[in-house]
Amino acid sequence: MAPSAIAPVISAKSLDLTFQTADAPVHALKDVSLDILPGDFVSFIGPSGCGKTTFLRCIAGLETPTGGTLTVNGMSADEARRARAYGYVFQAAGLYPWRTISGNIKLPLEIMGYSKADQNSRVAEVLELVELSDFGGKFPWQLSGGMQQRASIARALAFDADILLMDEPFGALDEIVRDHLNEQLLELWARTDKTIAFVTHSIPEAVYLSTKIVVMSPRPGRITDVIDSPLPKERPLDIRDTPEFIEIAHRVREGLRAGHADD
Amino acid sequence: MGKWLPVLTVILAIFAGWYATVPFMNIKETLSALERAGAVVTPDSPIERRDAPSFALVVKNSFAVPATYAQDRPRLPAPHQVALDLWQTTVEKKITSKRSLVYHGWITLSATLLGFVIGTGGGILLAVGIVHSRAMDMSVMPWAIASQTIPILAIAPMIIVVLNSVGIQGLVPKAIISAYLSFFPVVVGMVKGLRAPDAMQLDLLKTYHATQAQVFWKLRLPASMPYLFASLKIGVAAALVGAIVAELPAGGARGLGGRMLTGSYYGQMVQIWSALVLAAVLAAVLVLLIGLAQRMTLKRMGLT
Repeated sequence: MAPSAIAPVISAKSLDLTFQTADAPVHALKDVSLDILPGDFVSFIGPSGCGKTTFLRCIAGLETPTGGTLTVNGMSADEARRARAYGYVFQAAGLYPWRTISGNIKLPLEIMGYSKADQNSRVAEVLELVELSDFGGKFPWQLSGGMQQRASIARALAFDADILLMDEPFGALDEIVRDHLNEQLLELWARTDKTIAFVTHSIPEAVYLSTKIVVMSPRPGRITDVIDSPLPKERPLDIRDTPEFIEIAHRVREGLRAGHADD
Repeated sequence: MGKWLPVLTVILAIFAGWYATVPFMNIKETLSALERAGAVVTPDSPIERRDAPSFALVVKNSFAVPATYAQDRPRLPAPHQVALDLWQTTVEKKITSKRSLVYHGWITLSATLLGFVIGTGGGILLAVGIVHSRAMDMSVMPWAIASQTIPILAIAPMIIVVLNSVGIQGLVPKAIISAYLSFFPVVVGMVKGLRAPDAMQLDLLKTYHATQAQVFWKLRLPASMPYLFASLKIGVAAALVGAIVAELPAGGARGLGGRMLTGSYYGQMVQIWSALVLAAVLAAVLVLLIGLAQRMTLKRMGLT
């Protein structure tokens, strides 16, 4: 590799994953190759069964590919998981009901052995980042769904991981809340320089957020199109009415339709 | 008031039914006693009375109904007779007396508490083992279930005799029988509670590269608390039953079980009823205390 080239944070080459089930093997991923560079915001979009969540779980070391190679920060995915290379945000906030919001954010810090003082300063910092500073002492049930999801993002940001993996984090929220959280997420990404991999089934969300959009299709799960977004890094919500935005959204829709041609 | 009205209604109905039943249960002995005292009863032949239905006897001798509530050894004592006996054997007797129910109640309670602690501790340990080891899951659970299908009345005397032959007697054998009954609900509840966290919550801890011990202390144990307390309530009541049953073959006429046994030997139904009522009160208080601990713990955990 030329020394001037930037090394990818996540690199997948000909990744295959086949689940052995009772009747027939399921090809969750077939020949998936993709490089994600530092500071990228990559969205994975596709219908259910296209392997977008499975691919994210492979990156996280929660699933083991049956073929191909996958490196995260230059290590194997499992080594990267052990090295705590990423924060993972699930579709459900999954906060512990017996811990306060601060307590929930401390959970990974306690497990990773951060000092008490460090824990407190980090909690304050990420609470401020997701605009929940006044809610640290509240229990999860006292917060709305959107606020709970913000707390779960704060939990994933609290420790030093420069990768953020997000699996349909706003899928269960209504559109107004989702718009607001999308805006906040972009701000947060600009402030933290994280590399973000984001799974979604919403075309506007994917186009609005991403620097790179990966379109996937099912049976077998594969990548059908990778779109580098020409949109600027600074993105107000009304950018969604510009011709460029509509153009990209159109290309994503075409890609999704092509993947369905065999149905 | 709205909360107590249904409770009072049920209690009132029980007492009404109880008082209504007493004459029919006690009429034969009452008539015999009255006849010995010179009263005229119908029919006057004891053999005819023995074969006559109680209902007919009460109807024909309605004058004797008040006396059915005041017998020395009634077949079915009236509530006020039980209450009087309870008063006399708890408040009016010194608690060191062999005839004090407080004395006997404490003997049973101490065995219950020791058994409950052993049973709960053992149950939690077993549940932890079952959740973390597939071998234990496969091997221990069937035995735990099988253990509960054996009638406790059959196994209690064996435990007493076996332990007595190695020189262990008194409190410990009774506590072991108590523990035998109380560990099971704790095992079942804790296994369910420790397995309550879903795949997503376990995956989350995996992304933190948490150790097994951290998963247990930070996730599984707190998640199991509501299940634990539900089990403890069943377990403590079972422990009390175990202690009382254990006192039946133990002889020596100590404890509430002993009171029930001697009561049945000597036809002292009042004594049996008093012991029963005290056992019920003890069970209610124990369950109430656990409920209190539950509310305090879950409140502190923010779960209520």
